[in-house]
Amino acid sequence: MKEHQLQLDNVRIVLQARQLLEINAVIKAGEVLTVMGPSGAGKSSLLAYLAGFLAPAFQATGDVLLDGESLIALPAEQRRVGLLFQDPLLFPHLSVAGNLRFAVPAKAKNKDSIVSEALASIGMEGFEHRDPDTLSGGQKSRVALQRLLLSAPRAVLLDEPFSCLDAHLRREVREFVFNRLQAAGLPAIMVTHDQEDADAAKGAVITL
Amino acid sequence: MVPARAQAKALVPNGFNVGLRLAPWLMLLVLIAPIALGVGLTVLPAFGYMPVLGGEHFTLRHFSELLAAPGLGHSVTVSAMSALLTPLLALVLVFLFLAAATGTRIERWMRRLVAPLLAIPHAAAAFGLAFLIAPSGLLLRWASPELSGFTSPPDALIVNDYWGLSLILALTVKEIPFLLLMALAALPQIEADKRVSIARSLGYKPALAWLLTVAPVLYPLIRLPVYAVIAFASATVDVALIIGPNLPYTLSVLVLQWFNDPDLNYRFVAAAGALLQLGVTLGALLVWRGLEVAVAALGRCYVLNGHRSRGDTTLRITGFFGVGLAVLLSLGGIIALALNSIAGFWRFPENLPRAWSFRAWDNAFLDLAVPLSNTLLIGLLSTAVAIVLVLAVLEGEQRSGKRHSPSLLLLYLPLIIPQIAFLFGLIVATEYMRWAPNIGMVTFAHLLFVLPYSFLSLSEAYRRLDPRWSQLAATLGASQWRCFWKVRLPLLLAPCLTAIAVGLAVSVSQYLATQLIGAGRIPTITTEAVALASGGNRSIIAVWALLQALLPMAGFLLALFLPRLLWRNRRGMRGIA
Repeated sequence: MKEHQLQLDNVRIVLQARQLLEINAVIKAGEVLTVMGPSGAGKSSLLAYLAGFLAPAFQATGDVLLDGESLIALPAEQRRVGLLFQDPLLFPHLSVAGNLRFAVPAKAKNKDSIVSEALASIGMEGFEHRDPDTLSGGQKSRVALQRLLLSAPRAVLLDEPFSCLDAHLRREVREFVFNRLQAAGLPAIMVTHDQEDADAAKGAVITL
Repeated sequence: MVPARAQAKALVPNGFNVGLRLAPWLMLLVLIAPIALGVGLTVLPAFGYMPVLGGEHFTLRHFSELLAAPGLGHSVTVSAMSALLTPLLALVLVFLFLAAATGTRIERWMRRLVAPLLAIPHAAAAFGLAFLIAPSGLLLRWASPELSGFTSPPDALIVNDYWGLSLILALTVKEIPFLLLMALAALPQIEADKRVSIARSLGYKPALAWLLTVAPVLYPLIRLPVYAVIAFASATVDVALIIGPNLPYTLSVLVLQWFNDPDLNYRFVAAAGALLQLGVTLGALLVWRGLEVAVAALGRCYVLNGHRSRGDTTLRITGFFGVGLAVLLSLGGIIALALNSIAGFWRFPENLPRAWSFRAWDNAFLDLAVPLSNTLLIGLLSTAVAIVLVLAVLEGEQRSGKRHSPSLLLLYLPLIIPQIAFLFGLIVATEYMRWAPNIGMVTFAHLLFVLPYSFLSLSEAYRRLDPRWSQLAATLGASQWRCFWKVRLPLLLAPCLTAIAVGLAVSVSQYLATQLIGAGRIPTITTEAVALASGGNRSIIAVWALLQALLPMAGFLLALFLPRLLWRNRRGMRGIA
């Protein structure tokens, strides 16, 4: 497995001449950098900048290097930076298998078996044809993460990924996500309000 | 400092992306150029310049001929009355209804009823209403002789009355669902529920709370549709031919008659009349603008006086009653059409025909092939072109993250300028070019109206779609095109189908554009139905009016049920749109 590394080089985000944040950081494979801060501090803008869809109202400078290569000039779909939202956001018009298949790179062969194996690996064999809306909260989170991993990302962004889950589910999903990211050797940046998230990530913490 | 937009610019420009960037301009060109040309070519002959017909010098003569036309003053008065009273009645009733019904079960029923009511074309609705309220119409039959005492139809001019009151009633009944739909679509943007809750917590009764806190914010959002109602009511031809006054006619019908006069010299008077029509419409819009300012000022005084409950009950009752009546008249009209279409011998005041007969249907089917195929062909073609353009513009907005709002307001120009004022000039142009009327030209003329209404129908849903779906697709490695085909389009399937149904309904209902641009040689269901208006055969009129109503209805039903069928195993798709 290739070890990926994400580097933020003097990343500054400005909104209407007001500087929201400035970050320098190196995140190694399997590490999670946690960014905390109050609402409006620019946490989500940071993720949007890294993922490649910062709104035109914002201005951003600085470089983002993934495995030594700058991402800034690439459109979002070519960056291979996965994003896990607050909600699982399973496409409501596709089946569970359809959601996973959507993420499998176009040139992959045997997409069906890739999808089946992916489902098996999260303990959801035979769920291919299910309507995603009928899954439990925990199942949705697992499918969402699995979908992200199937898209073969080189780094992962987590946007308050556990805040919509209730307390006992939160712990379970959190553990699942961090374990899978570590196993996949992916550098990750997590934005959160929750100190427990930060503690569980066991990585560096930047407070804005 | 690098603007974030530079990220997007890094996209290698390809033909499609350039196309998307040009789409808004193409759309505006398609709409504005013919209207500018049309109005321009109406102005020239109005002032006497039309070398083909021997008019080589500018002159005001044709305006004095126009002003000398018998009854012109009354025609203008009726057109102006219709232009102002229709939107006033429709808007007041819609607002009172929403004030009274928001959050009730009646509002939910109305949400379901509003699309099918809107689908009934103006001409069919006017025929239906005429069959309902005429002296020998369904209402008097049902009320006679027990309630009214009539044993023969009263000798009263109810339909085609001198002051155009039945015309105004027909237009009001038809515009209520339109304004209601526009208002319902705009309400989520302004958090109406929260506003009402706050006002109620301050002690205002619910309907007053709605009128004082929601109505002033809602009105600007539906101002354009209201202006479209004014323009339509001031210049409608088909509804006026069916149910409007005929001694004298409304201004728009007069212009059409001059235009169709075998004596080509009347073309100059027709052009002057078309210009006068434009003036009447713009004048009505100005007066309305003045009313807006006055009402806003009065409203501010009312808010400041702090009354919290005065008049609340009256307002609620008026709203329920008015809109309820409009719904009943619409549905009753369809029932009247259906009964008349299969009525055999039916003596006044019997409630139902004595004998039933399908002869009118049989006859209609013999003549149906050409008008039906023309209607479908023109409707499908113009809607297809419109939807592709609308999607291109909206998709371009998504990708650039920029809205073209100000320039796109021009999109609604065809709805504000009276049709006859620019169709006239367009005909001058096609005659000058010696283009024989054909389906393509009629389709293009329909596009002028199909395009703005399709855009009006789809833009809100497209812009409101959660941007995270597209962002998610991009982070999963999907290109913009894959995202469009596999994510945005399926998620927006229901509103897209509705926009298609709206486009078809608008095309099917076009009378003047079909009749004028097609030079009467391209019959559609609508031109056939309206042409029957002057004849007296009720069952045949009823059949064609029903046929005209059925096509759009079928479209809306498909738009409603196809998504339900496709997404029957997708619970998450039920909430969307």
